[in-house]
Amino acid sequence: MNTYEIIVVGGGPAGLAAAIEAHKSGAKNILILERDRELGGILQQCIHNGFGLHIFKEELTGPEYAERFIREMDALGIEYRLDTMVLEVRNDRTVDIISSKHGFETLQAKAIVLAMGCRERTRGAINIPGTRPAGVYSAGAAQRFVNMEGLMVGKRVVVLGSGDIGLIMARRMTLEGAKVLAVAEILPYSGGLTRNIVQCLYDYDIPLYLSHTITSIEGRDRVEGVTIAQVDTKRQPIPGTEIHYDCDTLLLSVGLIPENELSKTAGIQLDPVTGGPVVNECMETSVPGIFACGNVVQVHDLVDWVTEESRKAGRNAARLVLGQITEGEPDLRTRANHGVRYVVPHTIRIENIEKEIDLMMRVTDPFKNKYLVVKHGEDVVKKVRKAHLTPGEMESMKIPVEKLRGLTGELTVCLEEVAHEA
Amino acid sequence: MKRDLICIVCPMGCRCSIEEDTSAPKGYKVTGITCKRGEDYAIKEVTEPTRMLTSTVRIEGARLPRLPVRTSGAIPKERIGECMALINQLQVRHPVAMGQVLLKNLFDTNVNLIASRSL
Repeated sequence: MNTYEIIVVGGGPAGLAAAIEAHKSGAKNILILERDRELGGILQQCIHNGFGLHIFKEELTGPEYAERFIREMDALGIEYRLDTMVLEVRNDRTVDIISSKHGFETLQAKAIVLAMGCRERTRGAINIPGTRPAGVYSAGAAQRFVNMEGLMVGKRVVVLGSGDIGLIMARRMTLEGAKVLAVAEILPYSGGLTRNIVQCLYDYDIPLYLSHTITSIEGRDRVEGVTIAQVDTKRQPIPGTEIHYDCDTLLLSVGLIPENELSKTAGIQLDPVTGGPVVNECMETSVPGIFACGNVVQVHDLVDWVTEESRKAGRNAARLVLGQITEGEPDLRTRANHGVRYVVPHTIRIENIEKEIDLMMRVTDPFKNKYLVVKHGEDVVKKVRKAHLTPGEMESMKIPVEKLRGLTGELTVCLEEVAHEA
Repeated sequence: MKRDLICIVCPMGCRCSIEEDTSAPKGYKVTGITCKRGEDYAIKEVTEPTRMLTSTVRIEGARLPRLPVRTSGAIPKERIGECMALINQLQVRHPVAMGQVLLKNLFDTNVNLIASRSL
């Protein structure tokens, strides 16, 4: 059986950053497994700009961001395999893989980094009524067809969901000559960045209907039309508010789900809120020696944060292999409270924190002017004033290790009111 | 003429109005914005709006049929349609390196069209 120090599952931004950082941290025998025909993951189809502002201090497209990491990985001589599917990851850190070139193999690792990313929610996941014709695409599938294969998916388009991928695709389809008739969003606010709403929709006079959803898809072989309607506070369609569009295409941008099939068969504990593994301060899952990072843990809004989180996972996987991690029960558990939906990481062993711990979180609803507070019991560990909070933008708080030393029990993260100033 | 804008400089997304005002230092009165950068954005947006443009061009002899491209800087917003027409006519041959200039000095703006990956 082939043996590696570290096996990385997935060659997208998370896997690349983890492998590079593991190498720089002293692990040398590393293998990246990628199921697609090339490295880079979803970045290769995200041809728009806006990537890398934090990591590179410049605005890159997805393929440019990916290529910088691929070059670095190549320069370090890290081994990778393309067109290779991972079938199973086990808690003894063996991995079953299959490829046309080498057939079925089982590999052994000292540490594994899971970096499988996420998948789009599909029509089936949100139960849209109507017929089932061709022409209903997830926004990401359409993006791959248009940007990588050079295939146009339709001429008259309605988009359901106002996440960033949906907004980006509304502009992209317009630039390629399609007519985008409307974007419907079931929530009273958009999950996409303001920048994208302005530059992808308003620039091209594409209407955005908030608190609206699709109530019907028509057409037998191909989409012929869709009907949208306003929804009430319980998200039920309001009769009489229907708008009908003649169209041949419906794009769905209705959320992303961490892809954890492999994690489940490995017996890794998942967080029902994030949909990703429960992780500790090292980004290690509930199975010792198996780490996770990027969108498989929590769906990020910026690839820069995926890179940052994955560097942490890669570095700690290397530290584990080199015997630099103290195993044992966690000192602290994190908990989301009032206004905060989740916190990552879930557990903390203070001894393993090198300098500071980065707590990442999302809020439950849009808020203005609140304190984001980390507490131990009634004691405030850190408090930051936020002018603007929205579920679409991940928040993070860095806490120096000195502030945590000696603490046990629970660390809660919540929102608190800002007292009125005179 | 008064125009309503949403500022995109930061996540606050200020909704603001802008109108010409010869008595203001920069010639415009901006209301509803909470910072200096936002005011500059609003004035630029009504005087000379620019955008980055990204798209794909046909590539021959490569393992994929399309090459992603971008403008090396922002171009005037009203030129986007013309720029797409140029991009749609363009065809390149393998190999192309990331950053390689495919069209020079678009509309005399000193902005080039460049490949955004190696292929």
